[in-house]
Amino acid sequence: MTEQVPPTTQTKAEAQASDAEDAEAAAKQAVSTGAGSVVATLESAGVEHLFGVQGGAIMPVYDALYYSDLNHVTMAHEQGAAHAADAFGIVSGDPGVCLATSGPGATNLVTGIADASMDSDPLIALTGQVPTDFVGNDAFQETDTTGVTDPITKTNYFADDAETIGDVVGEAFAVADEGRQGPTLVDLPKNITQEETETNSGETTTPDTYNPPEEADEDIVEAATDALAAAEKPVILAGGGVIKGEATDELRAFAREYEIPVITTMPGIGAFPEDEELSLEVAGMHGTGYANMAVTHCDVLLGVGTRFDDRLTGGVDSFAPEAEVIHVDIDPAEISKNINADYPLIGDAGRVMDQLDDELDNRPDPADRYAEWREQVGTWKEEYPMDYATPDDEPLKPQFVVEVLDEATEDDTVVTTGVGQHQMWAFQFWTYTEPRTWVSSHGLGTMGYGLPAAIGARLAADDDQSVVCFEGDGSFLMTVQELSVAVRENLDITVAVLNNEYVGMVRQWQDGFFEGRRMASEYSWCPDFAKLAEAFGARGFTVADYDGVEDAVEAAVEYDGPAVIDFHIDPEENVFPMVPSGGKNGKFALQTDHLDQL
Amino acid sequence: MTGGLPGPDPGARPHPDGRRNSQGARIDPAVEAEPEAQRAVLSATVKHEPGVLAAVSGLFSRRQFNIESLTVGPTEEENRARITLVIEEPEPGIEQAKKQLEKLIPVVSVTELETDATQRELALIKVSGEKPDQVQSVAEMYGGEAVDVSQETVTVEITGSRQKIEAAVDTFHRFEILEVVRTGTAALERGAEETR
Ligand SMILES: Cc1ncc(C[n+]2csc(CCOP(=O)(O)OP(=O)(O)O)c2C)c(N)n1
Ligand SMILES: [Mg+2]
Repeated sequence: MTEQVPPTTQTKAEAQASDAEDAEAAAKQAVSTGAGSVVATLESAGVEHLFGVQGGAIMPVYDALYYSDLNHVTMAHEQGAAHAADAFGIVSGDPGVCLATSGPGATNLVTGIADASMDSDPLIALTGQVPTDFVGNDAFQETDTTGVTDPITKTNYFADDAETIGDVVGEAFAVADEGRQGPTLVDLPKNITQEETETNSGETTTPDTYNPPEEADEDIVEAATDALAAAEKPVILAGGGVIKGEATDELRAFAREYEIPVITTMPGIGAFPEDEELSLEVAGMHGTGYANMAVTHCDVLLGVGTRFDDRLTGGVDSFAPEAEVIHVDIDPAEISKNINADYPLIGDAGRVMDQLDDELDNRPDPADRYAEWREQVGTWKEEYPMDYATPDDEPLKPQFVVEVLDEATEDDTVVTTGVGQHQMWAFQFWTYTEPRTWVSSHGLGTMGYGLPAAIGARLAADDDQSVVCFEGDGSFLMTVQELSVAVRENLDITVAVLNNEYVGMVRQWQDGFFEGRRMASEYSWCPDFAKLAEAFGARGFTVADYDGVEDAVEAAVEYDGPAVIDFHIDPEENVFPMVPSGGKNGKFALQTDHLDQL
Repeated sequence: MTGGLPGPDPGARPHPDGRRNSQGARIDPAVEAEPEAQRAVLSATVKHEPGVLAAVSGLFSRRQFNIESLTVGPTEEENRARITLVIEEPEPGIEQAKKQLEKLIPVVSVTELETDATQRELALIKVSGEKPDQVQSVAEMYGGEAVDVSQETVTVEITGSRQKIEAAVDTFHRFEILEVVRTGTAALERGAEETR
């Protein structure tokens, strides 16, 4: 076995050369090719890590990587590569990069690209393609990748010219990063990446037709400020755009200065510290009762960087039905797409928050006007606490497990999740205080996101930050092969499987809306996850008793490498509060029998 | 099912009376106000490169915007093409369509044309060749002409507004229409006004 070589000291070529004691190979420069330009562009864009899987049509690019300092993380599956790169983008703020070959490699990326698209995560996908002469002939491993990914990318490119290939990759990088972030893709035909050409390290610049707005219209800022100044019951709704737009400081300052309660969307988790009094945490389908009461009864709603997704709004007819809506967004197409904006403020979130602040500063301080409303909100917090019943006996309550893990780790711990009930408990019962510490699949709801995301998050996070991944039994099984990567790279990750032997979210809906017909939702056939983890070379723990929770958590968190704890939780536990799809936020169910009343 | 949280029943909670319509706009609860569909002509200047037309038509189909016609062709500028789209949507939908179009990276600009903009469509109408003279005179009535004549058929070309084309097609029915092809609407603003 060769030793793991830190990428910045030696390229793979040099390492192999010294191994083979063949100095000539180290001296040998890569032939300058289209692929060389691709790699040079990534290097000059500041990329450090790539996530991918080899294959025929992408081989020239990998061959160019052989001579590069970039750290390529070989993933077990291209979907894992896309999610890892996506999470890298969320945690670092810079586009994550994934690579795949043509055909099945590219189609395996699709779920991850779609996920990034729904959540506006900065991602670039580089896909091999069959040589241009073969394109259109149904060649081996040919898929119309730009066609397939057109609806799920901000834009994509078919690089058909070796001379400009670097510029194309540079532009793809810049477009993914600037304005409203999102995925881009460059399809790289093999003959173009192989073609000898001068190395062209492309500039990371957006096309001149791409000009994201910066400041919002002053007149509308003034009118919106009038609305806020006249409000009695305002709330701020902070979306993922606050974090993506680096506007957390501005938003926090604004909320604190005028003492306005803050709700976040799920992607907005971390935009405002959940341990502050003004925080109402998350609204929507599984949001807190107090957030859903506040959003229903507010008279002015200041939405920042949110697309008013249906899992947030519930039925549009009953969403914030009395509120004037001020909508701050960098994407004009989000304005009045789902919820009509009375005051559309198109611009960069931080800049617009400053504009609003400057304007509101000129008025009498409204904070006192809002006092009665804050008191009302406080009453709701008392009326609808997130107090689950903790029995003395097993089965384990998943909420308890989440709380113990939160206690056992620092505030800046990054949490990633799969999709299902466990995902909801992971945000409901963990207290988030920092941006870029909540990494989840919201808009697409991709089961299997958690583990590959933890790998990407681990590489993006600081060394002293912990990474905890919550997975469900069903969700974990979808991408569990990526454990091999975490082991190979010795990544310090704690995976908590909240194992209810069901695809529990589906089981909850079957019980709630399909009279308990549990068709295809029972998962007692899953493997022993602790043994599976050990088979991969990770540490594995199984916990079924309250007594065992803390010890296992401590051991797993301490362990310097990937550890999996299989928590056998109450299979019948449900997620509440719950606003049924299309329902009224203010009429959230707190118990199963409430669902019948809605 | 187990689990659950404390707190008042949904029925015990107050709820405001307000309501929003399907466009997410607040409305007077007493009135049922859903905006009606209107016809709009959008003109998009786009980069003349492969995939743009697919991107535009894909966008309209996946976002369920109703398209009446879509035409595309080169412009006075090299590397620029113009796509003219006629859509039928309620007002918020027209705004959405424009903004979604603008968002496509290869789209340079989008305008909604004034209702008095010059709008033209071309139709080729192939009818039975039994009465060529009558066909010719009807074609002339619509400012058109016969462009292909065979033993069995006459093909006429008509240019004009959509209404005129529709009227012409209607009239030609008397000669037994064999085939019709229409280009869809191309349009430019009137006078010195630019179609940007
Ligand atoms: C790829 C994918 N397939 C199917 C679904 C539908 N789905 C949503 S939640 C869920 C249950 C997930 O089960 P599990 O991972 O065990 O989590 P739990 O709800 O039990 O916590 C399913 C099947 C999905 N979101 N993603
Ligand atoms: Mg489960």
